[in-house]
Amino acid sequence: MAEKPIQGEKRVFMTGNEVVAWAALAAKADIMYGYPITPQNEIMHYWTRMAPKYGKRFLQTEDELSAGFTTLGGVLAGRKAFTATAGPGNTLMQEPMSMAEMMRIPSVVVIQQRGGPSTATVIYSQQEVTMTTYGGNGEGFRIVYSTANHQELFDYTIKAFNTAWKYRFPTFVLGDGYQAKMRESLIIYDPEEKGVELVQTEPTLGREAVNGEKKPVHIRNTYNTEEELYEVVTRYMEEYMKYAPEIVEYREFDCEDADIVIVSHGVVSRAAKGAVQELRKEGLKVGYFRPVTLRPFPADQLKAVADNTMTLLLVESSLGQMAKLVKDAIFGSTVALATLFKPGVGITSEEIVAKVKGMF
Amino acid sequence: MSTVPQMPKSWRVESKPHKFCPGCGHGLVLKALGEAIDELGIQDKIVFGADIGCSLLAWDFFNVDTVQTHHGRTTPVVTGVKRANPDLICIAYMGDGGGYAIGSQHLVNAAARNERITAILVNNCNYAMTGGQMAPTTLPGMKTETTPYGRDVKEAGYPTQGPEMVAAITREGSYVARGTISNLKQLKSYIKKALENQMAGNGFSFIEALATCPTNWRTNAKDTWAFLEKEMTKYFNVGEIKNHAMKEGE
Amino acid sequence: MAKTVKIALAGEGGQGVQSVAEIIAEAANEEGREALYIPNFGVEQRGGVSVAYLQIGPEPIGSPKFQKADIVVALSDRAVKRTSQYVDETTTFVYDTSIEGIEEQLPKNAGRILAIPAIEVSKNELHPRVFNIIIMGAVIKATGVVSEEEARAAIEKKLGYKFEQNPDLRELNFKAIARGMELVEKAR
Repeated sequence: MAEKPIQGEKRVFMTGNEVVAWAALAAKADIMYGYPITPQNEIMHYWTRMAPKYGKRFLQTEDELSAGFTTLGGVLAGRKAFTATAGPGNTLMQEPMSMAEMMRIPSVVVIQQRGGPSTATVIYSQQEVTMTTYGGNGEGFRIVYSTANHQELFDYTIKAFNTAWKYRFPTFVLGDGYQAKMRESLIIYDPEEKGVELVQTEPTLGREAVNGEKKPVHIRNTYNTEEELYEVVTRYMEEYMKYAPEIVEYREFDCEDADIVIVSHGVVSRAAKGAVQELRKEGLKVGYFRPVTLRPFPADQLKAVADNTMTLLLVESSLGQMAKLVKDAIFGSTVALATLFKPGVGITSEEIVAKVKGMF
Repeated sequence: MSTVPQMPKSWRVESKPHKFCPGCGHGLVLKALGEAIDELGIQDKIVFGADIGCSLLAWDFFNVDTVQTHHGRTTPVVTGVKRANPDLICIAYMGDGGGYAIGSQHLVNAAARNERITAILVNNCNYAMTGGQMAPTTLPGMKTETTPYGRDVKEAGYPTQGPEMVAAITREGSYVARGTISNLKQLKSYIKKALENQMAGNGFSFIEALATCPTNWRTNAKDTWAFLEKEMTKYFNVGEIKNHAMKEGE
Repeated sequence: MAKTVKIALAGEGGQGVQSVAEIIAEAANEEGREALYIPNFGVEQRGGVSVAYLQIGPEPIGSPKFQKADIVVALSDRAVKRTSQYVDETTTFVYDTSIEGIEEQLPKNAGRILAIPAIEVSKNELHPRVFNIIIMGAVIKATGVVSEEEARAAIEKKLGYKFEQNPDLRELNFKAIARGMELVEKAR
């Protein structure tokens, strides 16, 4: 019987991709399906090296369409299956993930964002927000966690499995090339020893016979009439909205008396945090708001902040993909919007500080 | 073939020295291609499509119209060009991952439709640009980043026999061959025939070129060449596989 | 240590820039300091300038990349050009004296410029293979991010298995750290 990959907890110093591999092991993932694309390759490298030791499986597929569909297959067979991709691979992943949305298949996908559109750069961006939250030909029945550091990459990769299997929506961990390739410290741990219950899986296809009788399962994603589709999609939407409040996560500080609130997500929120702390030291009334779940978006919470301040400064490494989610969330608010958009380029706290000072 | 190193006229001087790794096979394949283009005098009619992977580094390599496409999608892009303007000589340049994995459906279908394009595939048994993962042509037992304990044929199958697969699909008028950078004269002759096949409007032409990747094979010069000449040839036969330069309907 | 130190190391592939950055980062992490190290990376597998971005401080690091560095170490002429964007009046710019004819291209806005003969020392005094360890010594002396003992411990941890087979290597590496520190001391 394979031993547990992590006993207790320990502080480590490793790259983000390695963190993801360990988190998947800690979450008791069974199988990874993957395809090479920078900057997430090392997730596969670590997984394939550790897999035999812990009785895990791996398949390198012929492309990301296949990696996504094989992941769906693995999940339907009742295993904790996951995949990872980036950029153009994420574009391809939209087809299988739209099937996951329609058929409520609890897939887990880790995205390490790189420049876009097209091949662009292998390095970094926050330009896959639109695609990851609302990609494919659907209505965004997905859950997306945007991590900002390695501790979160570990925590939320584990959580993604629980979230997916509990609510049965495809769940994404949205990182980026910087997080993937940088080294910083974190505590890795065995979640069960920490009191985190791991949601059990169950097969949809290939269930055992019960009392000698096997009841066949028929699942589909196609409907005959408009009315049938309407019923399904609106029902999913109701469920999604019902669960959203328990899934939503965000962080905020110093917003109560702020004239300007900086809104950012993922790795950029680290720079925003530093900027707010620096600006406050200089006596400027600036606040911080960070959606952790981009989907479902913390709309009510941000609306409350928006109604209580003069300006939201939207900071991201894209040309407004998070901004679109913000505008949708706060519709009706009269707050002013300012932006700091740097598509595909990292943002430092110095830049944010300079921008804010220029606004006062 | 000149014994004094000469750059083919169709090579773009401004982009040299090129960006391929020391010991990479691409440089030699592109030299054979460059000389073939020179000898056929077709430089101004070429459209060269470069796949994603190490092939993408050839995007500014030649003095010919070049389009960098998406991973595995060079065959369809180049097919689209040729269908819209049959006077152009269209080349789809890709690696073993782009051709036999993500691009395999396009290769199969272009072959089935007998597209009058020339596909050149560089086979170095791994996904090189992404850091050396297993590819369809990785050899049994070969260690890669996603087969750290060696490729297990029970799990991952045997190396893809690309030209043989294409030859089984194509009909009259196709030209299919496998060359190697360790015999550049022969490789160039195959490439020339493949291009002539397109110029005559006969059918699909496909060349696989066995090539080296010391960076990801982690081999020194001697072992790199030994792997190419002794190991790879155990699984990949060098030679012409289909050479029916017959017009359709004959 | 009061504030976060931002270090950019750059050189040709093979000069050991990434290894040095990784060892320093791990040394700092071992001591309970916050450290973040990220290499530059692009599509080319070989060639191109290798740049390592390292930040070490008392608090969790913010953005993985920075605009201006506290110290830049450039080990080739391409590295000098590539790293000039990280230089301002607070930056200490360190370069190797073996880079020929580079004087005109040195960043004129740097707070301080130090020239150290690390390549020469590695070739003539120690051994070319510890060139990057000399650089490591230079960096820790110039920044104080880790002590000499902590650096030695980190090297021991990383290369200890090699030292077991050949104890002379340990001495060589430790000497290289010390020598690097001396070179910076002298250049000031």
